[in-house]
Amino acid sequence: MANESSISPLDKSARYAIVAYLGISALVFVLMMLLGLLMRMGQAQWLDIPPHIFYQIMTAHGAGMVGISGLAASAVLWYFLRRHVNLTTGILWANLVFFLLGVVLILGGIFLGGYGGAWTFLFPLPSHGLDVWGTSGAASFLIGLLLIGVGFLLLYLDVGRAIISKYGNIGRGLGWPQLFGSSTDFPPACVVASTMVVIINIAGILAGAVVLTMILINLFYPAFAVDALLAKNLIFFFGHVFINATIYQAVIAVYEILPEYTGRPWRVNKVFLAAWTASTFMVMFVYPHHLLMDFVMPTWMLLMGQILSYLSGLPVLVVTAYGALTIVHRSNLRWDMVSGLLFVSMFGWAVGVIPAVIDGTIAANQVMHNTMWVPGHFHMYLIVGLVAMLFGFMYYIAQNGAPKLLDKAAFWIYLVAGTGFCMNFLASGQASVARRWAVHLPEWVGYGHAASILAAGVALAALVFALRFLTHMGNARTA
Amino acid sequence: MIQETVWLISLSLMAVITAVFIYVAVNSSKTVPDFEAVQARALSFRAKLFWVLLVAGVIIFIATTQVLPYATTRGEVTAGAVEIDAVGKQWFWELSQNEVAAGTTVIFNVTTEDVNHGMGIYDSEMRLLAQTQAMPGYENKLKFTFTEPGRYRLLCMEYCGLSHHTMIIPFNVK
Repeated sequence: MANESSISPLDKSARYAIVAYLGISALVFVLMMLLGLLMRMGQAQWLDIPPHIFYQIMTAHGAGMVGISGLAASAVLWYFLRRHVNLTTGILWANLVFFLLGVVLILGGIFLGGYGGAWTFLFPLPSHGLDVWGTSGAASFLIGLLLIGVGFLLLYLDVGRAIISKYGNIGRGLGWPQLFGSSTDFPPACVVASTMVVIINIAGILAGAVVLTMILINLFYPAFAVDALLAKNLIFFFGHVFINATIYQAVIAVYEILPEYTGRPWRVNKVFLAAWTASTFMVMFVYPHHLLMDFVMPTWMLLMGQILSYLSGLPVLVVTAYGALTIVHRSNLRWDMVSGLLFVSMFGWAVGVIPAVIDGTIAANQVMHNTMWVPGHFHMYLIVGLVAMLFGFMYYIAQNGAPKLLDKAAFWIYLVAGTGFCMNFLASGQASVARRWAVHLPEWVGYGHAASILAAGVALAALVFALRFLTHMGNARTA
Repeated sequence: MIQETVWLISLSLMAVITAVFIYVAVNSSKTVPDFEAVQARALSFRAKLFWVLLVAGVIIFIATTQVLPYATTRGEVTAGAVEIDAVGKQWFWELSQNEVAAGTTVIFNVTTEDVNHGMGIYDSEMRLLAQTQAMPGYENKLKFTFTEPGRYRLLCMEYCGLSHHTMIIPFNVK
């Protein structure tokens, strides 16, 4: 916990960069939510969206949400970690430039090149657009992803360099001397979380870069054979790690801000360190739970996917969510948009563990995989968890002051509509509604009606959050 | 049905978590004079919670992995089973046979000639009964016993491009 007067001020360039990251993120979150709303309205048959447009929107929504979540979450990490280590502002800007260049190529690939192969670019779909998209559209999308990866790789290499410079090595950043020894000189929670993210995201981004490069070569030289199962493993390793890393970065806001609000420190102890070390490995090795229906995968990997799905819920529930509850309980907490959204985010993360763990059970996965259950669980993590965390952080940075009636209304609409929207996904998943279908069967359409109304509520509330940040950016914190 | 069980378990556990968060939020305006004592009690309870969740996880893992859907792909032979080749193509299914008698155990040899697909077996009420992925260069064997007669459908369960949502083929069980 640090108060603003005891920490070094942000230089002007870094402050602008953080504001730029968050301002762009706020806008893109709303735009991507509107794309999500369009999809649900199409599935509800309230809008007539041609399938090729639907799948382009779906691709943009997926890539856009994952990418912007990564960008906003990295701003949280950078903002707090700079209080402990010496980060490079130029790299922060470079990442943003790479990101924007990548976005241009991705949007061009989708809306000019017609690419609609989903953000997961499952090999060999990018080269099988048939009449819908060609090589140039797919290549533009894939190169765009690659550029974004280069930017993030630079950023995490710089974060890793800064942690090693201060603490000596990566193990010390994770607090291993304290975890496995008798030292009680624990590193700050922010450093532990950042070190974990450096490890997993560098591995994840490199895996993503490898498979993107393989697919790009195959796109232009089909004789260059790519094993579809290997590609699938690399894609899901990259995708799982990257999207999970967003919440492991954003939770730093909870670690840093909730103690400020409650006056109770977030204690780093051996349990905390053990949880983060365990999460470091589990996040990287749990990805086979995405491949439980690929029967040719080695059985031990699939069983490992189920075991680690179960175990990876423990640090979230028993350490982070439980820790947040302990800090807030009878703390005379000052409720405002920051504390409210951060508290809600812990709820979203914790409650999202349940459908995620269930989907990681092989017996359940056989009737839940690629149904709406899957977007149900990850939207709970993302809408009610991650995005609430990020908007809470934006309110913190913009120092909006006491919440106005509009803020309060948006807060409750976001919470109720967001949770309802995710529960609607889960309900349709348990009713076997398949995911990623542009046109729903008549018996599925009713779910889309409710989902559209709820999605509109979420987008509207997010618009309020975004506008409140964008109109108060000039008031952004200086330290 | 697995779905109903999963749904009930999910709702129950999510309700417990929701109740805890509401309880903490409602009581957040109160204060306690000695946070250290509260924290010590919380940590003690957390240790117990950890072990309860761990033991529950082990029991559930053992209980749910007694029968896995992978044995047929690994070469296990089922006497009397009917083998049906199922090939996914953008955007239709090609089946070597689309009708069996009730009570028949079918082994679907599932693969694809182009991109990834997924083959899900739906009953006449559009309830998903089982599925596997269709992968280029690989063959997944999905064993399923059709105990009830009816008009089943096979749907694509992996996004495969423009007409993914039209990849449906009827499958009759007499």
